[in-house]
Amino acid sequence: MTEGARQPPGDESAEYAPTPVHIDVRDLHFVRSGRSIFEGLSCGFPRGKLSVIAGASGAGKTTLLRMLARLLRPTRGEIWIDWEVDLTAMSEADVRTYRGEVGMLFQRGALLDSMSVYENVALPLRERTTLPEDRIRTEVERAFSAVDLHDVGDLLPGELSGGMVKRAGLARALIQRPKILLCDEPFSGLDPPTVRKVETLLQQVRRSSGATMILTSHHTHSTRRIADHLVMLNGKRALEGTPDALIAADEWVKDFFLEPERSEST
Amino acid sequence: MRQRIERIGASTVSTVRELGRFFVFGWSVGNAGRRPPWRLRRLRDEIFDVGILSLIIVCISGLAVGMVLGLQGHNTLVRFGAEESLGAVVGLSLVRELGPVLTSLLVAGRAGSAMAAEIASMVVTEQLDGLRMMSVEPLDFVVAPKMLAMALVMPLLAGLFITFGIFGGYVIGVVVLGGDGGQYLSALEDAVNFGDDVLGGLLKAAIFGVLVGWIASYRGFHATPTSAGVSAAATATVVIASVATLIFDYFITALWGV
Repeated sequence: MTEGARQPPGDESAEYAPTPVHIDVRDLHFVRSGRSIFEGLSCGFPRGKLSVIAGASGAGKTTLLRMLARLLRPTRGEIWIDWEVDLTAMSEADVRTYRGEVGMLFQRGALLDSMSVYENVALPLRERTTLPEDRIRTEVERAFSAVDLHDVGDLLPGELSGGMVKRAGLARALIQRPKILLCDEPFSGLDPPTVRKVETLLQQVRRSSGATMILTSHHTHSTRRIADHLVMLNGKRALEGTPDALIAADEWVKDFFLEPERSEST
Repeated sequence: MRQRIERIGASTVSTVRELGRFFVFGWSVGNAGRRPPWRLRRLRDEIFDVGILSLIIVCISGLAVGMVLGLQGHNTLVRFGAEESLGAVVGLSLVRELGPVLTSLLVAGRAGSAMAAEIASMVVTEQLDGLRMMSVEPLDFVVAPKMLAMALVMPLLAGLFITFGIFGGYVIGVVVLGGDGGQYLSALEDAVNFGDDVLGGLLKAAIFGVLVGWIASYRGFHATPTSAGVSAAATATVVIASVATLIFDYFITALWGV
C-alpha cells in the first residue's frame, strides 16, 4: 500500500516503481464553489490493469475521473501520462490528440439522443477518420459484438434499457481501440444480473484490448471481484493498493467494504 | 452605503463578465462553424426543427394579426375618409415592423426555448462531454448548425407571417367589411417598396434570427447541469430574446431607417 507523496518523473533516486504506472497523479488540489475536494491527492494507475476509484459519496471519484479525461482541470497539481506529458499543462490541440487514445463510458451513457445507436457508435470513426462507410459498418458490428449487443442499431438511445445504454456507450468508447478506458459508475442503476454481465464484459475488454481501465464505483462487491488495483479516496487524499491488501491494512477501508456485506448477510 | 456601492460594483462586474462570455461564445461559434466539415445534414435537420415545426403557429398568428390590423385600420381610416389606404397601412405595418418583430417573438417562444432546453439537457446528460471525448467540438457539431438554421429560417418565416397578415387584412377589409379589393391591392403595391421595405424587413428578421439563436444557444450551453437548470435556460431564453428583439428593433429602425 502506498499513500501520499510520489517521486517526480525522471528522478533517478526515485524509490517508487513497483509496477509500470501509466497515469500518475501528483499533489492534486481542487476547489469547487469554495469547497476543497482534493488537498494534495496523489495516486497511480498501472498500465493494462483494471483500477477502481472508490470512496464515499462526494469524495471526488467522478471529479478525479473527469480530470483524467481533461474534462476538468485541477486547481493545482500534475497528471503524468507515461511519465512523458503532464495532462494538466497540455494545449487544446494536444488534448484532442490525447482523447484520440482515450475512451470514456459516462454514467448515463451520454449517447446523443437525436441519433440512432448505430450512428452514435459510428460517430467517432466518421469524425476522426476517413474510413469508407463499409469499413465503418464492419467496425461498428465488431464493437457491438464485443459488448454483446445485437439488433439495436436502428433504435434511438431512449428506446434502450439502462444496461443496453451502458453497453452501447461502451461500444462507442471501444470503437477507437483506446489505450485508456475511463468508466464512470458503470454498475449504477443496474440490477444484479446485469451488474454481473457488465463486470464480465469489462474484464473481457481489459483482457482483449490490453487497455488501462479506470472505473469509479461505489459497488463494493463488484470492486472486490474485478479490481486489480484500488484507489480509495479517503477525505481529500488517497490510499492505493490491491483490494485485499487495502482491506487488510486499513480499518476504514475494511469497514467500507465489509460493512455492506455484513448488512446484507444479516 | 458602502455595502450598497459594493453590491452595485459586484453586479456591474458580473454583468460585464457575462456580456464578455456571451460575445466570446458567439465568436467561437462563428469560428467553429466556418471551418469544414460542413454539417449540411445537421443543418437540414435543424431547419426542419426551427422552421417547419413553427410554420403553423407563424401562419395562424400572421393571419390573426392581419385581420386585427384590417379591422382597426378600417375603423380608423373611415373616420378620415381614407379607407382606400387600408392596403398600405396593413402592408407597411406588417412588412416593416410587425412581421419581423412578432415572428421573432413567436420563434423565440417556440423554437428558441426548445433549442435552449435541448442544449441544456445535453449538458445535464453529459452528451456534450461525450462529444468532447470523441474530439468533436460541440460548438461546431451542435451549436453552429442550430444558430445558422435560426438565421436562415427567420426571414422565411417572417415572409410567411407578412403574407398571411396581408391576406388576413384583405379578408376583413374587403370580404367582411365590403371594401374594394382592387384598391386594397393597388394601395399596397404603391406604398410598399421592395428594396427598402421588403428586403429591409427580411434583413431585420435575419438579424433577429441570429440574435435569438445566439441567446438560446448561449443559455443552453451554460446551463446549470440540473433539471432546474434546463427550465431556467428555456425561460431565460424567451425573456432575454424577446426583450433583445424589441430593443434591437428600435436601434435598427433608428439607425438604418428600416
